[in-house]
Amino acid sequence: MMLALRDIACLRGDRLLFERLSLELAAGDALVVTGANGVGKSSLLRIAAGLLRPSAGTIERPGRVAWLGEASALDGDRTLGQALDFWAKLDGTRPDAAMAQMGIAHLVRVPVRYLSTGQRRRAAIARTIASGAPLWLLDEPANGLDAEGIERLGDAIRAHRRTGGSVFTATHLPLPIDDAATLMLDGAIA
Amino acid sequence: MIASLIRRDTLRGLRAAGLPVMFFLIAATLFPFAVGPDARVLTKAGGGMLWLAALLAALLPIERLVAPDIEAGVFDQFAARGIADEALAAAKIAAHWLSFGPTLMLAALPGAALLGLDESTLGKLEAGLAIGTPALAALGLTVAALTAGLRGGGALAGLVLLPLAIPLLIFGAGALDPDGAQALKLLASTALLLTFGAPFAAGAALRSHRD
Repeated sequence: MMLALRDIACLRGDRLLFERLSLELAAGDALVVTGANGVGKSSLLRIAAGLLRPSAGTIERPGRVAWLGEASALDGDRTLGQALDFWAKLDGTRPDAAMAQMGIAHLVRVPVRYLSTGQRRRAAIARTIASGAPLWLLDEPANGLDAEGIERLGDAIRAHRRTGGSVFTATHLPLPIDDAATLMLDGAIA
Repeated sequence: MIASLIRRDTLRGLRAAGLPVMFFLIAATLFPFAVGPDARVLTKAGGGMLWLAALLAALLPIERLVAPDIEAGVFDQFAARGIADEALAAAKIAAHWLSFGPTLMLAALPGAALLGLDESTLGKLEAGLAIGTPALAALGLTVAALTAGLRGGGALAGLVLLPLAIPLLIFGAGALDPDGAQALKLLASTALLLTFGAPFAAGAALRSHRD
């Protein structure tokens, strides 16, 4: 088991986004959360990552996780190689292969501040790949990506699952993920 | 992980360390213009004035300490790796001090020469700054974490930090007196309290930004 959420509730302000939500991810699983804006997709992902405390319920997350949020968390003053190296060193890995996988290896010496939104997104995905964490939590991973970038993201997810990794993602864009379970949040409680 | 964060923030802080140091030295240069060239007045008030300049110089980098990392999602990445916010706050305090504390102590040497401080006063000033600047860094980081993301956060940070730093200023300047040993001890105890308490307050503030 990679992730288990049991009877989770999420209250934001005085608004109950969801309650009694339970799910479990095993090795190789992929789960896609969909739904309209504001129904709590990102909040659910942040709860799963341990970034947000749920109002109720329990979380089991035995292994390491890789978090891909809205922000890239890359230092604008450093080159792309240095910025990714910082995180890879924390995880005890190297980012080179992941950069090649996302098609940004040629940007290794370019300062992050000069990268486009899509290139930064690819870089953040490369950090996720390079982390070596078995569970990927991806919040709107396709935001800012072009068609080739989305294809590379799909390939990366496929390769990750082949090696026993799991993916839990929230998206409002169609993603090329095979055999993914879908969780629809409809905001009916709110 | 923590060592990497300290290293990254220290290098980043050192790149911008020129501004607080220049501010400190300019303030020391302007002081004789304000009170006149009387050497006795400068010697008597100069040490306290350098403490005040150090306090104000420590304010300058506050806006860049926490807010950019929150905006960039850096703290989320650390939290997802299971690093406690208190540990992150302690690392950032250490890095903040490393990037401005020793340089400010070095800048105090020409500052003291400009104001004609004697060797004994200079020694006490350096000892006081060595003890007091970690507490200034701790206060600065805590206030930066509390005010990050607020409109006018930089100005608000100054309004919050300066009153909290008054004990450091009183004991730091008091330690320069010939019988200032007690003030130095009080400065040390205040600095200990602030330096070791700040990571918990700053950590809670960092956590609140995620909710």
